[in-house]
Amino acid sequence: MKAGGLLVTAEGDAFAGVSVGAEGMAVGEVVFNTTMTGYQEVISDPSYAGQLVVMTMPHIGNYGVAEADMQSPAPAAAGLLVRSLTNSPTGWRSEGSYGEFLAAHGLVTLAEIDTRRLTRYIRSKGAMPAAMGSDLSESDLREAAAAAPPMTGLDLASVVSTKEPYRVEAVGERRGLVAAIDLGIKRDILAHLTRLGLEVVVLPSSASSEQILSLEPDGLFLSNGPGDPEPLHEASNALRGVLGKVPVFGICLGHQVLGLALGARTFKLPFGHHGGNHPVRRLGDGRVEITSQNHGFAVDLWSLASSNRPASSGSLASADMLPERVETDFGPVEPTHQNLNDGSLEGLRCLEVPAYSVQYHPEAAPGPHEASALFDRFLELMEV
Amino acid sequence: MPLRDDLRTVLLIGSGPIVIGQACEFDYSGTQAAKVLRRQGLRVVLVNSNPATIMTDPEFADATYIEPITPEVVAGIIERERPDALLPTLGGQTALNVTTALHRLGVLDRFEVELIGADVEAIERAENRGRFKQVMEDAGLAVPRAGYARSAAEARRIAAELGYPLMIRPSYILGGGGTGIAANPDEFNDLVDRGLTTSPIGEVLVEESVAGWKEFELEVMRDRADNAVIVCSIENLDPMGVHTGDSITVAPIQTLSDREYQEMRTEGIEVLRAIGVETGGSNVQFAVDPASGRRVVIEMNPRVSRSSALASKATGFPIAKIAALLAVGYTLDEIPNDITGATPASFEPALDYVVVKVPRFDFAKFPNVPNVLGTSMRSVGEAMAIGRTFPEALQKALRSLENGRFGLNADPGEVAATGLSDEDLWRAIGLPTPARIFQVGEALRRGQSVDAVAAQSAIDPWFISEIDGIVKLREELEAGVPTRITLKAAKRAGFSDRQLGYLWGLTDEEVRSRRLQEGVITTFKTVDTCAAEFAAQTPYLYGTYEEEDEVPPADRPRVVVLGSGPNRIGQGIEFDYCCVHAAFALAEAGYETVMVNCNPETVSTDYDTSQRLYFEPLTTEDVLAVVAAEKPEAVIVQLGGQTPLNLARPLEAAGVRIAGTTPASIEMAEDRRQFSALCRRLGLNLPPHDVASSAAEAEEVVDRVGLPVLVRPSFVLGGRKMRVIYSYDELASYLHDLYGDPAEAETTKGPLLIDRFLEAAIEVDVDAIFDGAELLVGGIMEHVEEAGVHSGDSACVTPPPTLSEAASKQIVLATEELARALEVRGLINIQFAVKGDEVFVLEANPRASRTVPFISKATGVPLAKLAARVMMGATIEDLRGEGILPPAGSGFVSVKEAVLPWDRFPEEDTVLGPEMRSTGEVMGIASDVGVAYAKALLAAGHVLPSEGTVFMSLADRDKPVGLAAAQAFAILGFKLVATPGTARFLSHHAIEAEVVDKVGEGPDDAPSRIEAGRVQLVINTPRGGRARSDGRLIRRAAHRHGVPCVTTVQGALAVARSLRSGPAATLRPQSLQEWQSST
Ligand SMILES: Nc1ncnc2c1ncn2[C@@H]1O[C@H](COP(=O)(O)OP(=O)(O)O)[C@@H](O)[C@H]1O
Ligand SMILES: Nc1ncnc2c1ncn2[C@@H]1O[C@H](COP(=O)(O)OP(=O)(O)O)[C@@H](O)[C@H]1O
Ligand SMILES: [Mg+2]
Ligand SMILES: [Mg+2]
Repeated sequence: MKAGGLLVTAEGDAFAGVSVGAEGMAVGEVVFNTTMTGYQEVISDPSYAGQLVVMTMPHIGNYGVAEADMQSPAPAAAGLLVRSLTNSPTGWRSEGSYGEFLAAHGLVTLAEIDTRRLTRYIRSKGAMPAAMGSDLSESDLREAAAAAPPMTGLDLASVVSTKEPYRVEAVGERRGLVAAIDLGIKRDILAHLTRLGLEVVVLPSSASSEQILSLEPDGLFLSNGPGDPEPLHEASNALRGVLGKVPVFGICLGHQVLGLALGARTFKLPFGHHGGNHPVRRLGDGRVEITSQNHGFAVDLWSLASSNRPASSGSLASADMLPERVETDFGPVEPTHQNLNDGSLEGLRCLEVPAYSVQYHPEAAPGPHEASALFDRFLELMEV
Repeated sequence: MPLRDDLRTVLLIGSGPIVIGQACEFDYSGTQAAKVLRRQGLRVVLVNSNPATIMTDPEFADATYIEPITPEVVAGIIERERPDALLPTLGGQTALNVTTALHRLGVLDRFEVELIGADVEAIERAENRGRFKQVMEDAGLAVPRAGYARSAAEARRIAAELGYPLMIRPSYILGGGGTGIAANPDEFNDLVDRGLTTSPIGEVLVEESVAGWKEFELEVMRDRADNAVIVCSIENLDPMGVHTGDSITVAPIQTLSDREYQEMRTEGIEVLRAIGVETGGSNVQFAVDPASGRRVVIEMNPRVSRSSALASKATGFPIAKIAALLAVGYTLDEIPNDITGATPASFEPALDYVVVKVPRFDFAKFPNVPNVLGTSMRSVGEAMAIGRTFPEALQKALRSLENGRFGLNADPGEVAATGLSDEDLWRAIGLPTPARIFQVGEALRRGQSVDAVAAQSAIDPWFISEIDGIVKLREELEAGVPTRITLKAAKRAGFSDRQLGYLWGLTDEEVRSRRLQEGVITTFKTVDTCAAEFAAQTPYLYGTYEEEDEVPPADRPRVVVLGSGPNRIGQGIEFDYCCVHAAFALAEAGYETVMVNCNPETVSTDYDTSQRLYFEPLTTEDVLAVVAAEKPEAVIVQLGGQTPLNLARPLEAAGVRIAGTTPASIEMAEDRRQFSALCRRLGLNLPPHDVASSAAEAEEVVDRVGLPVLVRPSFVLGGRKMRVIYSYDELASYLHDLYGDPAEAETTKGPLLIDRFLEAAIEVDVDAIFDGAELLVGGIMEHVEEAGVHSGDSACVTPPPTLSEAASKQIVLATEELARALEVRGLINIQFAVKGDEVFVLEANPRASRTVPFISKATGVPLAKLAARVMMGATIEDLRGEGILPPAGSGFVSVKEAVLPWDRFPEEDTVLGPEMRSTGEVMGIASDVGVAYAKALLAAGHVLPSEGTVFMSLADRDKPVGLAAAQAFAILGFKLVATPGTARFLSHHAIEAEVVDKVGEGPDDAPSRIEAGRVQLVINTPRGGRARSDGRLIRRAAHRHGVPCVTTVQGALAVARSLRSGPAATLRPQSLQEWQSST
């Protein structure tokens, strides 16, 4: 018989399951992800640091684990909650069982959870701290959850970031050099950059503009990562020193840091966007991309606008939910992408300096392979 | 891009009669499209020959043509209606084919009709396999290697190049007919020979076989701005080699990693781009090599399909509706997702449950057909189930099938597998049949490893290991006792109370009450397209065992309508039609309607049809759970056919109020002894009859009743195992068959009914409503074929053309007396046989019948709607007062003709009998019987000759009526040829007929003449003995060469009459609205 497992939220609500991973307690913000494939990419994505991830897809572990799917050397999330964990994997790519992998990496995992109830709970109450584990009393877990810090204000990027710079070779003919600030970078982002013939020097989150510029890079990349962007002053300051000198591309947390550097504010979404099915409109040509998403915070472009956000009209998200253009220290900035589920900002670009960013994940892994052209754009801006 | 402003009238083409491979899913798609287009202010013109569809209800279109779907007829409709656009993608292959033909004939150009949804180029590229492969390769997508051959030698050359096994497909054949996989030269030559003759252009495609690979489907939608989404991904549990329509399928895909899935996703969208599907939904099929991940594109359908209906129900994303909106100008991001109301349709549904579809087969009705599944689809229906996990969904789906199973084994039906020897079981697992899934379970129970079973069956080990989980749990349960823990574990894995009762030696009721005591209660979760990320506005629910229940509160009284479950021969779309009508009528009357059904093809399982939809199996246990959650005023069991009727007693026993006619009355009508007593009391005529419960007793009964007799096992719908017997020899072999067949033990347990068979009697059907005081006769239908051909398989006419005044009166009186005596509240259907002025009651069904939609169309009186209200307590007088009972009467004649699945079962004899075997029906409307019948025949796909040779071979008893037919053909200028006896009889009556050799007795026998194209119409009525098998060869020859073949003399006479009106008469289409207002 598997040990009983329990998750208790900061508000004291309990969700019962069985423990199938490592022993012990895990504490973090509980969020849900609606992607139906790519559990391994999710769990190893450093952006999930400090989070307990609920997978809404009921069966997890079906096709085992494969090193090629890892987004970082080990699971990054604090804990995993699923409805059903498969231990006998299938498929020619599988190198082993997911359950064993989780246990081996010490990830606290609960199965047999009513993940739908938990998801509805998060949707209505918002993402909140929680604690989970096996054979722990409800009151212990409640205390731990209540004592856990909220995500707002947490600098987790510096925790997951590399401490030392390192270099990644270009694949094929080398066309240029990119400095990448590691706020929790996914391997597939590096793979996308290097496949374009870019050599990448990965820098710690504390890297200064001088450090960056001293590499004489053709471009600066700002990575995805966990936590609240507001405390990332080092990164946004560094960026301010580089903007206009080197083409800049940011993804996810990197996008938020660019927003901060431009003077915008960020805010916490009620329960974030985590999944592989979010429609994002490219405001330039109106096309809709189905995107991979994983973020809890968003950039508020209205914080830079001279007018106020209008009351929303109609039932669907419309372009007027975003300001058309805002003025910043680095010249005018335009929104380029919009989430069609809630109207939030998904991408921006500077009109006078070479810089752009997206909130979602063009590198996919997991998710649709639709937006990889955004990397090509980086190459174009670098003129290499 | 909003609605185009240059469109006013749009023509929608339906898919015609239900056939294997094309069923009610196209009523679902057509109805959605018609509704949404009209809501956009467009004028909708609709053509469909199938009267049992919701889409052909006059209120769903501005002009509804119940006319044959042939290019000529549709051209006539286009000429009358002058539509701006034609939307061909919602009516299956039928609509696509007619559209292509209309284009070729220049009709579309001439009347400036624009094709929307798919253009001819795209249709061609997708439908022509050769071009398809080329387009795929040009787009850089892999396809199985293949070559075309026009001769056996050419085919062998290709075979040598590709190597065995090989897939063979005749060109230009519909729905996988004639396809097959050859493992060796013998099988290959066989398939190629057959393929070359069946292909109308004498061509076969020889293709690398990828049998055993994993099969996947993507439902892709694309709009004119090139936005594309995958609505649903589907994985076939049965690997390549079993048609997807015959496979157990699972959504979403379970066994692909993100990388593999996303690559397939990208390719799926690329396929639509390459083919040129500008707007709408398409189904793209892939095969993946489990050993290497190599992936090939198998095919794509540039239209909505059965899979898209499944995908819509599986996800809550209404593909057909969205496709219609895209076709008239919208883009995906402009259309709101109905379920959330706040997010756009340009997204991909996320599922937090597992959907399993299991096909339903009716092989028992076609005893000559082997039940091994292959590349040609032969299932007649399907059930879908939703569960939180695969094991739960699988077990729910298996019990939804209603073929006597209650889950994956652990039920009395498991003897079929437990009885096999180890070797037989192992061999069986290697062969795809409907029973394989149970055999897999049994092999695991006997200790075979997951890997071994996976290798033997080529089913992915993930599925096998999940099934192994069910088996392991079963063993734990068997060793244990009912406790909260075991009950909960069992229910979460989808075990039914019946299975648990079987394991623990308890009755269903005992398990149930124990379970409720322990607090193990069904929770209902919502299908919401988004895995709970957003709030859902539509209560579309499924049952499971979790911590939270999502049934929304209700403020109005609720009525539960039980649907009819998976389609099968004898119970299909007609019953769904009635259920949908009840939902509409009761909603209008202020109730909140709650639909329970498990058939994904239907309109009833559209979340738009009722206020609440429970996608659940139709078993006592599952329905009681819905009742407990909804606390309805009453449950309607009368409209969904035998399925809900069978639940009436147990539901009542559990304290549920059944709407309308009581279960006791239902039983009285169904039980032959009680019914016979009732008729005797009322002084109504029944054919001489009795009931036997053993073979010996049967012979005694026959002595008493007198030959010929009609024998049938009781309590079966559709006349399974029903037979007319003319001699004691026949009787003996039938009885041996029946009592010697253990697989049929379930159906032969009840008594065997033996009736004197009434020869040369006219059969009449009546549908009526009774409210306790007043009888409303919906209509009287006179059958074309005489009694002895199942009412579902015979053509019928209303108003009755030859029935005497006196007989009609008697029929109405008898109907009223029976309705009163049975205390009917709601519908009753009675079948009569009439000989002269003598009227016999054949049977009474206190429920909706198959003919309710037909008669409603023929008279304009919405019987099912009225019946639903009457069941809930309204009187006919009340309804008249409300103005929803239009005055009946029709100034036109309606003919219903049945459509039979012979093309799928070439091994089977095409003779009609008392066992129903038709899959669908069509309707012909005209001002006289001849034209109406001609239209119905044309709609059913019989292309009648206007000149040439008629071959006749008649049984003695058919000769008098046959004479009239022969005369009629002679007058029409046909040449007659006949077998010796028939020719002699005809010449005796001064009709000249050339004599042909008896079958096999000369080079010039009937089959050779048919093959040589020297016969244009075959009239062959069956006899016993040798003539019967001769007839069989003749009918098969006719069938193979597409020569129309009539197997009853009444049919022949009707054909002759219809030919008299000339072919032009069938080309004068008129809309139902026009017909109905002309009365
Ligand atoms: N090359 C092949 N090798 C083995 N099986 C095949 C091959 N192509 C198709 N099949 C099987 O035959 C079925 C029917 O083929 P398909 O091309 O989908 O035709 P359709 O659906 O139009 O009848 C498929 O579902 C698949 O199981
Ligand atoms: N006594 C009879 N004489 C002649 N034909 C009969 C007789 N009883 C039934 N039939 C024929 O058999 C068919 C099926 O019988 P029925 O009792 O209606 O069974 P089901 O329940 O399958 O509809 C009828 O439609 C009718 O054509
Ligand atoms: Mg197919
Ligand atoms: Mg009948």
